[in-house]
Amino acid sequence: MEKKNKSEQLVAAIENGTVIDHIPSDKVFDVVNLLGLTSIATPITIGANLSSHKMGSKGIIKIADRYFSEEECSKLSVIAPNIVLNIIRSYEVIEKKAIPMPDEIKGIVRCCNPMCITNHEPMQTVFHVVDKSSGTLRCRYCGKDIPKNEVKLF
Amino acid sequence: MDITSRSLISLEGLDRNDILGLLRQAFTFEAQPNSKILDGKVVATLFFEPSTRTRLSFETAVNRLGGKVIGFSDAATTSSSKGETLKDTIMMVSNYADLIIMRHYLEGAAKYASEVSPVPIINAGDGANQHPSQTMLDLYSMLKTQGRLDNLEILLVGDLKYGRTVHSMLTAMRFFNPTFHFISPEELKMPAEYKEFCRENHIGFTEHSDFNEKVIANADIIYMTRVQRERFTDLMEYERVKDSFILHNDMLANTKPNLRILHPLPRVNEISQDVDSNPKAYYFQQAKNGLFVREALICNALNLL
Repeated sequence: MEKKNKSEQLVAAIENGTVIDHIPSDKVFDVVNLLGLTSIATPITIGANLSSHKMGSKGIIKIADRYFSEEECSKLSVIAPNIVLNIIRSYEVIEKKAIPMPDEIKGIVRCCNPMCITNHEPMQTVFHVVDKSSGTLRCRYCGKDIPKNEVKLF
Repeated sequence: MDITSRSLISLEGLDRNDILGLLRQAFTFEAQPNSKILDGKVVATLFFEPSTRTRLSFETAVNRLGGKVIGFSDAATTSSSKGETLKDTIMMVSNYADLIIMRHYLEGAAKYASEVSPVPIINAGDGANQHPSQTMLDLYSMLKTQGRLDNLEILLVGDLKYGRTVHSMLTAMRFFNPTFHFISPEELKMPAEYKEFCRENHIGFTEHSDFNEKVIANADIIYMTRVQRERFTDLMEYERVKDSFILHNDMLANTKPNLRILHPLPRVNEISQDVDSNPKAYYFQQAKNGLFVREALICNALNLL
């Protein structure tokens, strides 16, 4: 418990906003890019390589005065399926949202098959999540499987 | 019925009864290939990628059933060469035709077309992905020559890595308890995901790297495919194996009497010319069967069966 308190001290509390927790350390800046945090004007605290009982090492991002839509959250599940969103109001966590991987992912992932129609037509990509534990996606159109570590976002 | 759902993009959505139902219809068309069932219908054949055999077979099927054909056999002469999207081409053609039969060099093109088109789509091949009418005529040929699809011993020979016809056959045959033998050079082995598919569906298979009298002795069907030079990363390897996967007539001496040899064609040299006169050679009749199967697929797509 002592360790946890220390890590909490490393990143300041926010009055209102979102705390994204349990981010794999190597995905912290992917989350920053995916949520477009570089263009947000409200205060943001980014912590990386913090010790975690569950994960060994984790990242945490606190964004003041900003909440995220379901679509924005589902983007995160593609690169970091186990992250948790804490919704903060008046310094209290009023909701903890796990981000379950959806059955289908629309529009945010690029198909890795250069001969797939989705890479040639102005159309939305659609992937079925064939294995939620491994994060493997299957293109609705060409049928190719994309392992989690090869997922590329638009 | 929702007409768009009558598109045929792949065989994955079909069950045993769907497949057998379509094959039964094909037998009916073989008994009577000419009719006026498509009278007043216009069918578009859009071949964004050239294909003589498949296109002629589909167009013959429409003509023999009394329909009219519009379309193109070379995308270079169409607006797609000017940058028109596939969606726009499909929307435009669907104003004129009751059914679109399309081949495209991009994978997933037919699936996408079926989602935007108000008329049904038949996939006549989308890149390396699906070619359902070829698989249906392969199944028809097996059913016709063996009298059954259940419990067949099937040898797949040649390019098992890239050959879409052999992959589609695994999918379609999962309802019929086949035993497969995969015979290929090391570089062109059946990909792991298809072997996994066989395991998941309790389909028995054995892999072989030698093609000889012994492995073909118990076969009901030998399905030959082309070993293409351009598929090899190591050309020395190609030179080493190129003559190892050729079927010669003298290999057939001790095979089962019901054995038939299939090939999706075109053939290059993987079946010797001396096999052609052997009664077990069936590849030319197999191509002819494509007409009856495609007549059934067209009528099914138009809800005329």
